[in-house]
Amino acid sequence: MIRSQRWKGAAFTVPFQLGFVFLYLIPIGYAVYQSLFLEQQSGLGLGGATEKFVGLDNYQHGLTDSAFLNSVLRVVLFACVQIPVMLAVSLVLALCLDALTSRAAGRFRILLLIPYMIPGVVAAIVWINLYSPDVGPLTPIGDLFGFSWNFFAPSMVWPSIGNLLTWHGIGYNMVIIYAALQGVPRELFEAARLDGASELRVALSIKIPHVRGALVLTGMLSVIQMLQIFNEPALFRNVTPQTVDDSFTPIMIIYNQAFNAGNYHYAAALSVLLALILGIASFLFYRLTSKEAD
Amino acid sequence: MLTDTRSEDTTERPPTRPVRRLTHPDRAARGRGGQRFVLVGLILASAYSLFPVYWLIVAATKDRTGLYQTSGLWFSGMHLWDNLHQLFTYNDGIFLRWTANSFLYAGVGSLGGTLIALATGYGLARFEFPGRGVVFACVVGSFLIPIALLTLPLYLLFSEIGLVDTPWAMLIPCLINPFSVYLAKVYTESSIPFELLEAARLDGAGELRIFFSIVLRMMTTGGATVFLLAFVQTWNAFFLPLTVLRGEENWTLNIGLYNWTGKRLESGVDLTSLVLTGALLSIVPLAVMMTALRRYWRTGVTLGALK
Repeated sequence: MIRSQRWKGAAFTVPFQLGFVFLYLIPIGYAVYQSLFLEQQSGLGLGGATEKFVGLDNYQHGLTDSAFLNSVLRVVLFACVQIPVMLAVSLVLALCLDALTSRAAGRFRILLLIPYMIPGVVAAIVWINLYSPDVGPLTPIGDLFGFSWNFFAPSMVWPSIGNLLTWHGIGYNMVIIYAALQGVPRELFEAARLDGASELRVALSIKIPHVRGALVLTGMLSVIQMLQIFNEPALFRNVTPQTVDDSFTPIMIIYNQAFNAGNYHYAAALSVLLALILGIASFLFYRLTSKEAD
Repeated sequence: MLTDTRSEDTTERPPTRPVRRLTHPDRAARGRGGQRFVLVGLILASAYSLFPVYWLIVAATKDRTGLYQTSGLWFSGMHLWDNLHQLFTYNDGIFLRWTANSFLYAGVGSLGGTLIALATGYGLARFEFPGRGVVFACVVGSFLIPIALLTLPLYLLFSEIGLVDTPWAMLIPCLINPFSVYLAKVYTESSIPFELLEAARLDGAGELRIFFSIVLRMMTTGGATVFLLAFVQTWNAFFLPLTVLRGEENWTLNIGLYNWTGKRLESGVDLTSLVLTGALLSIVPLAVMMTALRRYWRTGVTLGALK
């Protein structure tokens, strides 16, 4: 390629590069910088606040802060339950769609994708009201069958949020898995059937291994999202602040430290820690799930 | 289903999308029992998907007594117009303001972001230049950066330069969207042949002219997908507007509705009826857009996952 053309090509990416520096690199650098300081009241607080360099103290504090560690653990444990359930349901639905004519599959696919079209905040509002003992239909239905459900009780809050996330995410994950399934050569299935394999066997030994890539991917995206969960617990907190406290998830703690406690330095350190946890979690997830294939 | 048959449709469809459609169902479908099992499963799943939406529609047609005292499963009286009237007049019509804000941020922000992304994707896909690998690594690497890590320092920087609590605080971050860049690159690779660019250059066209009059025109499908996904992302945004917008006149629909749900515990004002009607309304623009542009966003969603 001619030299001048190379630079013209690079020029097309300049607006993005400038924006990336301003909106990504500088903020990240700034967060790391801020995380090394601590605001200190001098004297009796009369002299105003001064910033003091404290090195990695904020990180040390974060790594021993039981509220932060508990919130990470809470979210990780929850992810270990909700994500496999959601992906399993999505996989079964994708296999079901695959067994239909493409026309019928298209219709069901649209119906199943409807929740995905709904903004996350609205989805949470709808389910919170469905769960609500005042206006929601689920409590009377539960009473009818002799359950006295309280969806906002401490032991029920995660299952309630889990159902909301599953409802919201099934369609998206199903579409991705279904697309991967459609890419598998049909001859493989026919060959297996000629050899006498049952439908279940075909699904388990041929179809599912072929969509492993899609499952790893949707799994990883879900893990990344889950570690940053904020909207749903924030809305639950609006109706049941006793159960969902302000340190329920890592991002909620970070938000509170920054805006309610006014401790930006500590909040910055926690967000860097969360980024590291996110990187490690994605790496582990990727390694674990791709090792199985070897 | 896909009725659009313009020729560009075939040239622009990215290669990763499965093009082969089944003309006949898989063998599992041929066994009667299997077929029935599959259908029942799908119908149950569809009912689960649709039930909350159905309930929301029913709830939006009820007045407050109906909402609290009648069964949530069926209609009782038609009060949708009263609810809408209340929604649009409550607090001097602040809901309309929020709607306009959401359209402004999602519309203008995504349009700017799409243009930048198309230029960047084209630059990355069709030119060799030093640092290209670094730019692409930034794009992919940024998928892993938590929102909190970006938003908090951005809030501090914006407050330094006086942008907090102005529409700019929402619009500027929308301009840079790494995922849009990634999509634009994939679309360029599948729809803009090198030979065409060479031919245009031989004819003496400048690079800018090639981009604006050839590349952009051939990228309408890709561009529409990028725009649509960015629009949805901004419309759904929550953490960024919650952080950078303080005064309610700049809020988005999401932040407004979130605030209304908290009113009951905070000050005893029960706005459930308004929240539900407002929630239903805030789905409408997305539903209309997504239905109209169904083929765009499905390829976009699938592509996004195959990265």
